[in-house]
Parts: sequence; C-alpha cells; structure tokens
Amino acid sequence: MTDRPRNQHIVASGLVAAVGIWVAWLSFTGEPARAFLFPRIISVAFVALALWTFGKALLGKTKVGPGLSRIAIRNILPGVVVMLVYIFWAAPTLGFYTASTIAFFILLTLYDPAPHGEAHTWVKRVLITAGFTAVMYGLFAMLLGVFTPREILF
Amino acid sequence: MEFLMYFGDVFSPFNFMLLLIGTIGGLILGATPGLSPTMAVALLIPFTFKLDATQGLILLGAAYTSTVAGGAVSAILLKIPGAPANIATTLDGHTMAKKGQGALALQLSFISSAIGGVFGVLLLIFLTPVLAQWALAFGPSHLFWLAILGVTVIGSLDSNSVVKGLLSGCIGLWLATIGFDDVMGTQRFIFHSSVAGGINIIPALIGLFAIPQVITMFAKGRHQTDAEVISVEKSPIGGAIREVFRRFRALSIGTMTGSFIGLIPGVGGQIAGLVAYDQARKTSPEQKKFGTGHSEGVIAAESANNAMVGPSLVPLLTLSIPGSPTAAVLLGGLLIHGIFPGSDLFENYPDVAWTFINSMLIGQILMCVFGLYVAGLAARVAQVPNAVMAAVVLALAVFGSYSVQTSMGDVFIMAALGTGMYFLERFGFSAAPLVLGLILGPIAEANFVQGAMIATATSSIGTYFFTGLLNLTLIGIVVASIAYSVWMELRMRRYTTKEDAVEKEEALS
Repeated sequence: MTDRPRNQHIVASGLVAAVGIWVAWLSFTGEPARAFLFPRIISVAFVALALWTFGKALLGKTKVGPGLSRIAIRNILPGVVVMLVYIFWAAPTLGFYTASTIAFFILLTLYDPAPHGEAHTWVKRVLITAGFTAVMYGLFAMLLGVFTPREILF
Repeated sequence: MEFLMYFGDVFSPFNFMLLLIGTIGGLILGATPGLSPTMAVALLIPFTFKLDATQGLILLGAAYTSTVAGGAVSAILLKIPGAPANIATTLDGHTMAKKGQGALALQLSFISSAIGGVFGVLLLIFLTPVLAQWALAFGPSHLFWLAILGVTVIGSLDSNSVVKGLLSGCIGLWLATIGFDDVMGTQRFIFHSSVAGGINIIPALIGLFAIPQVITMFAKGRHQTDAEVISVEKSPIGGAIREVFRRFRALSIGTMTGSFIGLIPGVGGQIAGLVAYDQARKTSPEQKKFGTGHSEGVIAAESANNAMVGPSLVPLLTLSIPGSPTAAVLLGGLLIHGIFPGSDLFENYPDVAWTFINSMLIGQILMCVFGLYVAGLAARVAQVPNAVMAAVVLALAVFGSYSVQTSMGDVFIMAALGTGMYFLERFGFSAAPLVLGLILGPIAEANFVQGAMIATATSSIGTYFFTGLLNLTLIGIVVASIAYSVWMELRMRRYTTKEDAVEKEEALS
C-alpha cells in the first residue's frame, strides 16, 4: 500500500474514532441515565471497533477500500461542490425548480463528454435541461402535488 | 391457501396498472448501470405517498423484481452488468450476443428469471405464514437479539471487512438514537435543528444509496461511454423455451441456489448469481463451454438472482427483520403507511400482505413478457451519459427527500449522510449494515427497554436476556456469523492489495 491511501485510511478511521468517542462521551455524561442506557451499550462497541480500525490504519494493515486517487478527487470535486451548493444554499434560496435547473445544467456541462466548443452541444444541453425541468415539474408539482419552496424564483 | 383469496385484487385496474408501470420502469431502470435495485426502489418510495399501502407495495415489489432481471439486458448487450446481481450473466450472455445470439440470450435470461422468480415467490408464500406463526412466540428479549442479529449478519457477511461492517452497523444504530427518547422524552445527540425530530428513514435511505452513486458517476469525469449496444436479430421464442427446459440441471441449480441464498440475511443476488454459475459449471458435462457463450451460464445465473428475491423478504414479513438492503427499503415503504411487518402482519393486514406477494408472482410473468419487448429500449437507456444520469438521480433524491415531510432538514440529512457514505465506502465501510442499524435500531432499543422493565420486575437483566433456548440460539447465530466471517477473512485475505480492491470495485460498480 502506498503512503497516500495509508494516510487517507488513517484520516478516515481517525474521524470515525473521534465521532465514536464523542458519542460515548455524550452517552456516558447524558442524564437521565436510563434514557442513555442503549446509546451507552452501542457506544462501547462503536468506540472499540473504531479504535481497532484506527489502530490497523496506523499500522498500515488496512486491507479494504481503495481510497481516493488524485484523478478521482479532481473529477468529483466540482460535482460535489455544485451538489452541496445546490442543496444547502440554492434550493432553499432560489427555489427548488430554479436551483435544480441551474444545478442540472452545470453538472451536465461539467461532465458531458461532448465537446464544449461546438454550438450544437450547448443547444442539446439546454434542451435536455428544459426537458428535465418540465418532467420534474410534471411529476412533483402536478402529479404528486408536492409544494416545494418557491423563494426568489420558482 | 389463503393467498388465493386475494389474487383478484392484483387484477383490479389500478393495481394492475401500477404493476405494469413498476415492471416496465424497473426493467428500464435495472438495465441502467449504476442504478441498483435498492437505489431504484428507494427513489420510488416518494411516489407511493399518495397511494395506499397495497398499491405502494405493488409498485415497489414490481420494481424490485424487474430491476434485478433488467440488469441482464445491459450485461448481455453492453457487457456492463446493470446491477451486481448480473455480473455472472455477463460471462456467457455477452459472448452469446457477440456471436449473434443476443436475442436468444435475452430470451433465456428472462424466461429463467421468471421461472426462478416464481419458485422464489412460492417459497415466500408457503414459508412466510409458517414462520409468522412461529414468530408469535417471540418476546422482547428475542426481538432484541433478532434486531442485533440483522445488523451483525449483514455487517459481517455483506462487508469486505468484518470489523468495518460491524462498525457501520454501530454507526447506524447510533444514528437511530438521535432525537427524542421514546420512553422519557429526553433529547439525545441533537447537534443540529435538522435532526431534532430524529433521522427520518426514507431521506436517509435515499441519501445512503443514491448520493454515493451520484458521486461515483462524478468520479468517472467526462468519460465517454464506449460500450456499444449489440443489435439483436429476431429469434423464435419457442426455441428459447425448449432450450431452458433442455438445460434443466442449470435451471434447477440456479433456482435452488438462489432460493436458499435469499433466505440467508445479508447475502445478496450478486453472490446467488455467482455461486449458481459456479455450481452449474462444475456439474456440467460441458464445463469447457462456460465463458464461451454457453446457454447454461445465463440460465443458472439469471434463475438464481431472481429466485433470491422472494425468499429475501421472508425475514422481513415474518420477523420485521429486513434480510437485505432492498428489503430494508421496502420496510421503509411499509412504515410510511403505518404498517409494521411481523408475526401479526398476516392477521392484521392480510389484504396488504397477500396482494403484495401475489403481485410479485404475477410480476414475474409480466417481467418475462415485457422484458423481451423492452430489452432494446432498455439497452439504449443504459447508454445515457453519466452526466445526465448523475444530475437526474441527484434531483430525484432532493425532491424525493423533501416530499417525505416537506422539510428542508430531511434534504440536508439526505445530502450529509450520502456524501459521508461515499467517502466511508472508499475506505471499506458499507452502506447496507449502516442502513440496517438505522432501521433496526428503534426495534432493538424498544425491545431492550421493554425487556429491561420485565427483567427488573421478574429477574435480572442478565437472566432475562442471556438465558432460554431461543435467546441462546439467537446469540449463538450472532457469534457464529461473526466468527465465520472472521475466519473467511483470515482465510481468503480479501483485498490484499490496492489493485485487488480497485479491480473488485470496478467489477461491482
């Protein structure tokens, strides 16, 4: 195993262990004790297994999971940023349909294998996005009657 | 034969229409690489809110059945398994298609899927009431151990690392405790207003299954799908039917293997298909033909992965313990309609339970009939670029999560859990035990608290939970499943190198 996946495993299992310790601390300090009895039992197993995993990662003995390659990080980063901005900011601020349309178009542009220098590929993307928005509106607003936040636009 | 009384309900116009929509939609979704049956069913749940419980389950059950079978289309015509359950089908199915026998391979695949599927559902029909009667004897301590068993079996058998599988289960159990304690009303682990009411199962399921897949599609970058659909010539269906029955040994091996594996919680269709393929190859007088486009390979693999569907629901419908991630999603679908499966399901809701099961039986036949017609269309859908697929799944996940309680908090939880799960999966953690922990956590805690109260009044907690034949048997199975998985892990040294891991990941994705 090269150093990068090993370090990634250490960070990942370290974070899980930290969450486990936090859960255990809250469980054992929470009152009334009866309400935290079940979480306490779980947290003991959680911490034990998390520390075991962290220890194995530190020793470089983690054998599962390929980690993240540099290429994978480079590929997913823009998509994940768009996704998180869409969900945590754009959807509640701009309105569901507006935000979804914009996010859809950006994701399509970012990951579409078709060349960006040709006008017809942009037309195709715009048409696909418009079709997508129409279908989503038809499904959720008209068929299911879900009232989504409209906010600034719709 | 109580199930026969509810057969007519499947054929009411609206129910039958839902069955058709679920079947045809499932076939197309199943053919799409990256859209696993679990994810397809999870994304469909929001569409069942306006339906009653029976109708919702008919739609979800049909989608479950046909996505498993639909995965064979892209496996045969594109050499890309639609779902992990179809990996074994690729071995001979695609080679047959390359030899100009694509239509025959598809016909064999759907006919053997239907035969295996019908056998599996018949097992579900005849085993479920018997086990449900038996489950009436279960008290709180037994139900507590059963819930723990559900998490540990999937945690240890469904993961590549026993420790990480069990750790995923613990994370799920912990997530289930977030919110207000049922007995005393105490706030627990409320670190953000979005989780004040606890974690709703449906958005969590959507996030845990859909978002990692979306990010996996991002990871492929601007990659052009280079797989070409192999065109298929018309082929007489009679020849395929005769071929299936001529290869009766492969069909029976696939059907029996799939049914048996389906009954074991945590062991999915992927394993069923591969084990059946391997067994059929070992026992065949034409061993050397396997891998070169041999019909027995397709028949064994496809009959197995659909035979697994029915039995995989037995633990869910009798003991309320979902035996697979898809069963866990179906449990979510039941819970939103206020139905809690278990020993009294067939007494309290016989119409819902039997109509659902009967619809799965009819669905197998519809799947076979329509599968042959929509295979060409499904193969085209399978070529939809990753960019479109990722954006569509993401939007469906957002709208679907929001529509559960019209709450942005649910959407935030869905996104946070899903993004976290993607990164955890890259480091060997698994979504299935986490989901099982999340779903079974409340069952385990409620029965633990109830059992503790009984124990305080009668004996000690130790005596109540650790004595008695049934308790000891369940504890024994928990320990045995973990021990078996540890032994297998030590023996096989799975994922010995990063290359192995990458290779296996690619095969499964």
